[in-house]
Amino acid sequence: MEAMKAKVGERVIKACMCVIALISVAVLLTVVGYIFFYGMHAISPGFLLKSPDYTALDRGGILPQIIGSLCLLGVCLLFAVPLGIASGIYLAEYATENVITKSVRFFVECLAGIPSIVIGLFGLIFLVYYLGFGPSLLSGGLALGFMILPWTVRASEEAIKAVPDSYREASLALGASKWQTVRGVVLKSAYPGIITGILLGAGKAIGEAAVILLTTGGLVTYLPHSLLDDVGALPVYIYMVLTVVPASRAVAESYAFGASLVLISIFMLISVFAMSLRNRYVRRMSVIRG
Amino acid sequence: MNALEHVRDVKFEFKRMGLGKEKIIEKLLLISALASILIVFFIIAFMLKESIPALALGWDFLFGMRWQPSHNQFGILPIVVTTFVVGLGALVIAAGIGIPTAIYLAEFSPAWLRNVIKPSVEMLVGIPSVVLGFFGLMVLVVFIRDSFGGYGECILAGWIILAIMTLPHVISISEDSIRAVPVSYREASLALGATQLETIRRVVLPNARSGILASLILGMGNAVGETMAVLMVIGNPEIPWIPHSVLEPVRVLTSTIVLEYSYVVWGSMHQHALFAIGVVLFVIVSILNLVTTVAVKGRFGITTVIKGVWKQ
Repeated sequence: MEAMKAKVGERVIKACMCVIALISVAVLLTVVGYIFFYGMHAISPGFLLKSPDYTALDRGGILPQIIGSLCLLGVCLLFAVPLGIASGIYLAEYATENVITKSVRFFVECLAGIPSIVIGLFGLIFLVYYLGFGPSLLSGGLALGFMILPWTVRASEEAIKAVPDSYREASLALGASKWQTVRGVVLKSAYPGIITGILLGAGKAIGEAAVILLTTGGLVTYLPHSLLDDVGALPVYIYMVLTVVPASRAVAESYAFGASLVLISIFMLISVFAMSLRNRYVRRMSVIRG
Repeated sequence: MNALEHVRDVKFEFKRMGLGKEKIIEKLLLISALASILIVFFIIAFMLKESIPALALGWDFLFGMRWQPSHNQFGILPIVVTTFVVGLGALVIAAGIGIPTAIYLAEFSPAWLRNVIKPSVEMLVGIPSVVLGFFGLMVLVVFIRDSFGGYGECILAGWIILAIMTLPHVISISEDSIRAVPVSYREASLALGATQLETIRRVVLPNARSGILASLILGMGNAVGETMAVLMVIGNPEIPWIPHSVLEPVRVLTSTIVLEYSYVVWGSMHQHALFAIGVVLFVIVSILNLVTTVAVKGRFGITTVIKGVWKQ
């Protein structure tokens, strides 16, 4: 009888835990579903293809913001990816455990921990004012790059470390030099892992508002033509429409829903791509390792 | 012929100095690796340089009770206190949901359910914070205003939104540390006649404690540094005070920076004070990160997240 009771108790507790575990799924579905439901009403060809009109919000669209967000992401990746992969290669292939590598790892960790708003302030004082880039595509992209650099460094390092040593030994035994081995063999088998890490960073960068808010201009109505042009971004647009832009509440909300939907869709595309790539990569690695 | 010989000489010269192609590449890679260190130093240097006049106010800045830039009063204590109140409350909620979820995922969950929950948790971490804040503004704030009264934009709304944002970190790191407890421990306990739940409570959780604690401290760091989502739901009154109830509108460190940087007079004490708030944030978050690293004698944070990604 006692044992029966204990068993029933265990079942109840397990069921409770299962329900709690499903809360995260429920929250995700609610948020995404809510944004999709209301966002769909706002989306129209005009909304996607016109420039915003801040005096009469319902006559404009969000094209410069969509393009701007993608441009910012591009600049950010152009900065963070080569630097991140090079650092990853050094840490995984060349470095011996010493003070330099330990401090590189420590500072990468440190950079990853810096709140985005502080990176935004740094971008404002260093890129916008000190280097004189002004509120521009270059400032915003570089500041985002500082933010995701740790992701690209660590992702590259881990992916490169996961390549089996036998690959390197085979290449070296054939007479290839160290760099030839790294470029031709190691990077070739590590690249899906590296790309997954980069995509995770890109997903973070595309939704980041605080950094871009401080390093770009805000209410932008045109497409950027050069690196030093001001640029609009979706997260900033959502914030601005809700707080600064004079418009009726209903219009502002519906436009914010539309922009949120576009932003979430871009993010989802990036992360679904990253996850499928990851799954393929993990499967391949497990085949290699047996 | 002469030119060719010259090239050969130069090449030889490089080799003699240890600057063959391989060496040059290695040096270049090293320089890129050092870039991260350089960036962190630049951030620290520039933030300090801009904030020294405000930090020089000393106690009046850190423990001043009144933040009113128009009257030249820059006391951030009420803002710091509310930042911790908001962060801690969010953490309690995140722990209450996250730890049982982690236990369930690590110990009980059938594979198919795990394949539903795990990706959802990963997606949740990436929902743009401004979108989450917008959702909070439209749904949570309205709900709180209708059912509890008050402005709706309040500490409670901030707690819930921040809990959603920290939950994924708590779940994934806790789950990893629970999984890291050796199976033999569980088998020994089960063989002694303990039930599954007793085993978890008496054997698994005590062994996974440091990892779970680390996930909570890291979650706290994330909650304190979070900007947009929390900014949109907590109200941000003109003059901050130390709140007495969870339904009062408040301000946190991050929201103060975003709200005031746009109209600040460049070079004024107000601007220095905003950068000093950034320094305070930086220090708080770094201490939290350092505590985790030291407490669990391992690397947590981004490394764990990235390693967790491969472990799927």
